[in-house]
This record gives sequence, C-alpha cells and structure tokens, in this order.
Amino acid sequence: MSAGRIRWISGPVLRARTADTFHVHEAIAVGPHALPGEVIQLSGDEIVAQIYEDTTGLKPGDEVAGTGRPLSVPLGPGLLGRIFDGLLRPLDVSSGAFISPQAARPQAPRFGFVPSVKVGERLEAGQRAATIAGSRTEPLLAPPGIAGTVIWMAAPGEYGPDDPVCRVSGADGGTQAISLIHHWPVRRPRPFASRLAVAGPMITGQRILDTLFPVARGGRAALPGGFGTGKTVLQEALAKWSDADIIVYVGCGERGNEMAEVLDELPKLEDPRTGRRLMERTVIIANTSNMPVAAREASIYTAITVAEYYRDQGLHVALMADSTSRWAEALREVSGRLGELPGESGYPAYLASRLAEFYERAGRFQTLGGAEGSVTIIGAVSPPAGDFSEPVTMNTRRCVRSFWALDRERAQARFYPAIHPLQSYSADVESLASWWQVQGNPDWLMQRRRVLELLQAQVHLERMARIVGKDALPPAQQLTLLCAELANDAVLRQSSFSEVDRYCSPQRQTAILGIVVRFLDLARSAVDAGVPPDDVANLPVRLTLQRIGEEYGEQQLAGIRALWQQLEHDFDALSREHAGAR
Amino acid sequence: MRAEATLGGAVRRIEGPLLYLERTVELGLNACVEVQGSDGSIRVGRAAALDEQTIVVEVLESTVGLGVHDTRIRVRNEPLLFGVGPGLLGRTFDSIGRPTDGGAPIPSAARMRIDGLSINPAARALPRDFIETGVSTIDLMNSLVRGQKLPLFSGAGLPHDRLATEIALHARLRRGTEGDFAIVFVGMGVSHDTAEAFREAMATSAALEHTAMFLNLAHEPATQRLLTPRYALTAAEYLAFVEGRHVLVIMTDMTNYCEALREVSASHGELPARKGYPGYMYSDLASLYERAGCIQGLPGTLTQLPILTMPNDDIGHPVPDLTGYITEGQIVLDRDLDRAGVYPPVRVLPSLSRLMNSGIGAGYTDADHPALANQLFASYARAMRVRVLASVMGEDSLPPVDRRFLEFGTAFEQRFVRQEEARSLEESLALGWELLRALPAAELTRLKPQQVERYLNGGARA
Repeated sequence: MSAGRIRWISGPVLRARTADTFHVHEAIAVGPHALPGEVIQLSGDEIVAQIYEDTTGLKPGDEVAGTGRPLSVPLGPGLLGRIFDGLLRPLDVSSGAFISPQAARPQAPRFGFVPSVKVGERLEAGQRAATIAGSRTEPLLAPPGIAGTVIWMAAPGEYGPDDPVCRVSGADGGTQAISLIHHWPVRRPRPFASRLAVAGPMITGQRILDTLFPVARGGRAALPGGFGTGKTVLQEALAKWSDADIIVYVGCGERGNEMAEVLDELPKLEDPRTGRRLMERTVIIANTSNMPVAAREASIYTAITVAEYYRDQGLHVALMADSTSRWAEALREVSGRLGELPGESGYPAYLASRLAEFYERAGRFQTLGGAEGSVTIIGAVSPPAGDFSEPVTMNTRRCVRSFWALDRERAQARFYPAIHPLQSYSADVESLASWWQVQGNPDWLMQRRRVLELLQAQVHLERMARIVGKDALPPAQQLTLLCAELANDAVLRQSSFSEVDRYCSPQRQTAILGIVVRFLDLARSAVDAGVPPDDVANLPVRLTLQRIGEEYGEQQLAGIRALWQQLEHDFDALSREHAGAR
Repeated sequence: MRAEATLGGAVRRIEGPLLYLERTVELGLNACVEVQGSDGSIRVGRAAALDEQTIVVEVLESTVGLGVHDTRIRVRNEPLLFGVGPGLLGRTFDSIGRPTDGGAPIPSAARMRIDGLSINPAARALPRDFIETGVSTIDLMNSLVRGQKLPLFSGAGLPHDRLATEIALHARLRRGTEGDFAIVFVGMGVSHDTAEAFREAMATSAALEHTAMFLNLAHEPATQRLLTPRYALTAAEYLAFVEGRHVLVIMTDMTNYCEALREVSASHGELPARKGYPGYMYSDLASLYERAGCIQGLPGTLTQLPILTMPNDDIGHPVPDLTGYITEGQIVLDRDLDRAGVYPPVRVLPSLSRLMNSGIGAGYTDADHPALANQLFASYARAMRVRVLASVMGEDSLPPVDRRFLEFGTAFEQRFVRQEEARSLEESLALGWELLRALPAAELTRLKPQQVERYLNGGARA
C-alpha cells in the first residue's frame, strides 16, 4: 500500500508528500484514527486530498495511507430499513448520541445463504449465485467483473458479510471470490446491458404530479423551491407513496430532525400496495447540515450507487435527493479551498457537467442479468432567495424531464403541495398517455390539458379583474374563475398530513379528474344557456367537489360515482329552474 | 494527553487576526493557543492551518498591541474546551465563557468541546412537546415544540427583544411534568442596553436564577463573536443533556454573527460567495442551529430561538435566507403592522413552523387545531389578495363575498394578531373560530362539514 505524510492541512483539505504512487479519487486513511478521505489532485510528489471527517487534531507528519481503490461503498444485504452516513457507514442508536470519528460502529449481522448454482456451472456478472435471507430475502448476484466457472460453493448456512461464499475460475485461469457484500466505487456508474425507452409513469400518489406533471419510471425530476415552500414535506410524501420497489432517501446537508421524522414515521406506515412496512423498502443516507461537508459531496454518489445496486436486482428504485443545492455548495466549498478558478456565483466551472453526470445515472435499463430495472431521480433544489435563475437550478433544469416549481405564494396560503401549475412542466406527457389509456382513462391527455388551460386563463383573468373589477367580467369569464378555483381545490390541493388524502391511487385520480371536467362542461353549457355564474357557485355539489379529495378516500370510489349522478341532477334542475323563470 | 508548551519569539508575521508561528512544537489542527502580548493580557486563538514550517494561528480576540518579538505563545494540544459544571445558571459570562459578574469560577465537572459534536441523526427523538408561548400567532398558527429551532426574522427597530423576552418568561408545557427549565441568553454584538433590558426583565420575574447569560457586546472583536454562541451552546448542551433540563437558548443578533463571519473570512483572504459572505456560511450556521434537538434516552431538550434583523427588511438576504433553510420555520415580524401599533407585529403568511404538525392535534393540543390553523391561513391569504384588489379599484367595487374577506383580514390583525397580554391556547382557539364566523361557510373549504357545524353554525351568522 502506498503511504505519505501530511505537509499542510487546513479544514478538510490536506497536502501530503509521498514517494509512492497514488491515484486520482483513490480512497485514503489519514492519521491515527484512519479518517477516511479521497485524493483530489496529484502534482509531482504531492497529493491533495479531502477528508470526510472532522480534521481536528491532525498535524503535519501524520500518515496518509492509500487503500489502492477509488472511494467505494460496501453493497450487500442489510441496507434496507436502516440509516447510514454519507459513506454508507451505518448509524443507529447504539453508535451513541453524538457522532465522533472514533464512535463504535454497530456489528454487522450474519445472513442466511442458500446457493443457486452448483460447482462446475458457469456464472456471469449479474447472474444469481445464491439467495440471501436477512430481514428480507434478496438475491446474491455475481458482481460486475466476475465471470467464469464455479469451482467452490459454500454450504448453505449463516455467513458474515465478508466471508467468501463462492469461488469462480475465470478464462485466464485466475480465481475470483464472491462474498455477501462487494465494494463498488461510488463515482463510477454500475454497468448494465442496455438502456430502455420510457414506458409508464412512476405513480407518486400526488394528484398534481401524476395527473398534471408526471414523471416516468427511470425519469428525472427536479423540485426547486425557496425555504418554507414544502420541498421536504413533498419529498417525504414521495418517499412514502411512490410505487417504487425501493426508495433511497438521501438527506444531503439538511436538518437532523427531518431524518428523525422519516425514521419515526416510515416504520409505522404501511405500503398501500404490498401491505408491508414502508421502512422495509427504504434506505436512508444522512449527511445532515452539521456533518462534515466533504462527505456531503460523496453522499449523493453513495446514494445513486445504492440505487443502482437494487436496480441490478431487477427492481424499480426511486432516489430522493434533498437537497442537490447543498451538494453543489459542498462542491463549491472544496473547490474554493483548492483555490480553483470560480465560475458563476463562486461555483466551480464543472458544476454543470457534474450535475449532468449525476442525472444521467437515472433511467430504465436491462440489467446484466437480463431483468428490467429502473432508477428514477427526484432532486430537490434550494435556490437562494427562491430565485430560479441561479446556477444550480438553471443547470438542473437542463438535465431533468419533469420540473416541479414550488411557489412561495401558494405555500404562504398553506396551499400544498405548493407546485406552481404554470411554471412546472413534464416532457414525458405524450409518451405516458398510453399508460393512462390502459388504466381506463382514454381522455387523460385531453382532461389534463383542459385543467391546465383553465389555470392559465385564471391568471390572465385575475389580472384583468384587478383593473375592471370582478363583477364587470362577462359571465363566461366569471365562470372560468369559479371553475379554476374548483380545479385548484379539488385536483391540485392534497394534504400530506391527511390520512384520507395523503395517497391518491390512479383510479381515484381518474375519478376525481373525470368528475371535475364533467363539472366544467355542465357549468359551461348552463352559463351559455343563460344561468348566472353565481347560481352555479351556490350549488351544494360544488362545495362537495371542492373537498372531494378529503371526503372521498380510496374506499369511497363508489361514492364519487353517486356524486356524479347528483351533479347531473343538480345541473338539470338548475337549467329547468332557469328556463321556468324565463 | 494534555501537552502544554510555552514558546517565546516564535511569531514570524502578524496579519490581521492571523499569527504565523515557526513550527517548533507538535500541534494538531484546531488546537487551542494562548497568545500573551507585552501588555500581559492573554488572548485565545486556534491553529487554523499547519504546514511543515509554520503554524497559522487565528487569534480570536483583538491583535492590537501584539508584536513579533515580544509575544509569548502557550499551546495546549487540545481543541478549545469549555469547563462546564453545576452553577452555570444565574451567572453572566463574557464572549469566551469567563464569568464577568464577579462571582467565583465555575467548578468544572466536564470539559466539553465548544464546537460540539453532531447529534447522531439515528439517535434523535422527534420533537413533540407543544410549548405554549402565550402568543396566538405562534401557539395557534406556528406552534413551537421542544427541541425546535424557530428564529424570529425581524428588522432594525422592531420589538423582537420584547417578544423574545415575553416568550422566555411565559413558555410552558401543557401536559405532563414541567421538568427543570433553563434559559441561556446569547448576546452577539448587542448593545449594552439590550443586554441590560433582558437581565432586568428576567430579574423582575425572578427568572434570573435559571438563566445563564453569555454577552459579546458590540465593541468586542468580531473573532470573539464567532465563539460566543459556541460557548453558550456548549453550556446549553451540558444543561440539557447532562443535567437533564429543558433549555431555551435565545440568540441575538444572528446578523451580527454573520457580519463577523464575513469580516473574519475576508481577513483570511477567502473567496466570497453571495454579498461577500463566505461560501461555507450555510455549514457554519448549521453547526450552531443543528445543536438544537431531543435525544432518545436523554431527559433534557435544547430549543433555540435565534433572532436576526433582516438587512433592509429583505427576507432574500443571505442571512435570513440561509437561516430559513436550516431552521424549522420562522416567525416574521412586520414593519407595517408595527407602525399600525399592532403588537406583536407578526406577519402571519410568511411565518411557518415545520414541526407544528408533530406537536399539535389530537393527543397534543386540540383535535381541530390543525384544520383551524389551516383555514385561518387560507382565509387571511385571500383577505390579503382582496386588499390588493381593493387598493386598486376601491372597496365599493368588490363583490359582497370579497368585502367580507376584507373585513375578516382587518379583524384578524386587530383582534387576533394584536394582543395586550398572553393568551392561553384555548383562548386563541376560541378567538380563531369566532373570527371565522364572519365568513360564509361555503368559502371555508379547509374545514370538514362537521367542524363547520360544530364551531360555526352555533354562533350568529348571516
């Protein structure tokens, strides 16, 4: 192993002198406590490295030891349902109330092992070698880079994560060992067989997203918003209710109490599709805002690597990154300490390419083992002062297909999710329409457009109303305002804290969207026939519709059908009454 | 472990707060250094950067009067520590934890790092205990819970100090045992009269004996200002997590702290990010704010109430902006309300408490509390929109429904926001429902029909 000695140190960055060979991005261990770090630059006999822990107490002359491999994380069973730091080292209550570099790490458990291949059979990368039983059963796939004939297989039984369980002899005659975990460099995307085109949305259970701005499975979405606009609540809602098989939630430079919240809630909640605890499908990676900043930069890569690990098992994974701005700031901080030339707002010039590289790791894939898996990335962005023209938001915008802009005014009126319907978009709408068709809503595209047009008209008319007064608008335009308010309340608004409405299935979304559009049609013909808009506003059915999400839960889909009849009946009565009066 | 050495004549260069020493002693990064000038006074510093020949010491006090030849250095090979122990309460300290009230030194039961350690996110307990502050706009609409960090976003000349003092005096739990309560007051760059006013308010209500004050006054050096909250929070952590008390830390004024951070960063020659503030200001502020919380298995809690004055009342300025991204909400004070004589001048719409939903509702406060808060927010937001409309076209041209919202908005400010004395949560709730009765039920879409029936239809309505 290569070694060197610290020559200069300040904050998380050090320069060391060495006679040995180090490599860019090689993981290192520094000082008496073997603090983890990573080489960033090499020049002659000097290396520049960043440390992922508090560097208090390090001094010139302390040893820097190379590990011979890039910054890597151990992948294997025992990740689900737990919380880790930015380098995928487990955190749990037993590590103590405070984190210190010397803290004891919890003991790795042992896992049940049942081989799936026999000695003498071929084993290729991505193929199932065994089944592992822990809190959950998962396959042991031959890691990328492994191929050959099995020459030894451990007997079924219990093994520790590092125990070798299988040996393979490759074409060149060398042998490779497989254990329950393998290390993978976080900055290198894991290999796959091929990329697949978008097919079907990732259902988030949030009406404004699924109905208006859907994200595809394997898609990329950004969630920008100033503070207090509900980014975190929405990210948490997505982590809870998205129909992914695995959720990787990375708290990157965010609040410790948010992690506590996720850890408190997820074990209590049930997955509406599988009936299992939501925590069982979740991996949490936490680098809270007061944890070392260099590890914050790594945490995003750690998270996407974990996501790819599950993708390789043929699963659909959703990665929630809260917040990518903190990651960019960590990049800026380290870049500043290295004395690099700053680009816009002090961010390094390579910010755009790093963001693009990260989002490019999303997608729908055919895995090495031949299965279909996907990684969907949903990245929160925290623009300073809520200004979307800053570099992180701007560059993210160029990488993503779905853009969910959070709006301060809506948030201040406690209208959640505070996604602004006119500033947001989804580029995958057309290709996802067929999925809704199969789900029994052939009109989805048309209905969605109706709602968006209505919301667009609302903004225009409100501006006009401010000049001429609401009463001076013609009846048709007064009705537009009335209908837009209904669409906002019935379709867009959805409380994450309501037990009835926090999750909305595609069937219920279709029903709600359908009845709202029907109301628009009936109201329009009534007003065209001369009914005053105020009479439409006073229909009791309008009030019920405005609270439909809250009042008609997943079990009351039949109730919505009954409501539909009441709607027809009420408008019928209204027209007759009006005709009679005339 | 505790290696000490005294060096004479090691200083090579002095540049602003930075001292360049010849490296003749083994010293770790961030180690504590005492710098003694020819005048005999001792200044505290720390090793900010090290290379093979040089130790760069950041002096955390004024370097005025230091010379290259006549400065003596004493190094302790350990980070800055604060000796804390029983008897912190009732005392007053200077910027770096030295008693200034003439009393005896604190017997130190533990020496704790002033930078603290990150709370293990897995060991955090979710803050859940609702704290009643007596302020309706906080209790009902932006509830404070134990272990939260909830800043007051204020402006120069607004009554934030009065509000913070009243909250400190009134704050109480609604259920269960009270436990031992303690207040840590941190003044950063505050004027002498602010500090004195707080002390007097505490003294008249006999709260002084469970208060510890850390004062960095406006004339003291900027580098020390960065240490004051760290000493104070170390004391608070000791009181909370060792002695098991419920500690409320009032920190004023965070803007002064950030100015000091900018000043020190500039003197280090660092690249500035927004408005000259250093790029690491987010992480630095987080290292203070994130020390609030509750820990599983430990009895005490640490709640923070930082106060900051928004420069030019701009909420997008880096100080409030970065604070807002770290803290769990904010209470925003408003100049227009203050001018209109409304006290406390809380601007309700941009105010927020993120932890509110985990501390209110059935089992905590009142089952209908969340819906009521939600409806008040929605109605007041609409009233504000109508007010803009009315300012353009005049009130008379508004439809009748909008006119009722306009009246609701005024009543809300004058009767609900404004308060002469503390209100219990029940009083605030009753007042909230009463105000909603002035609005047509058809417009109250955040309430369940049963709630409308129960709270609103009983009263006189149109």
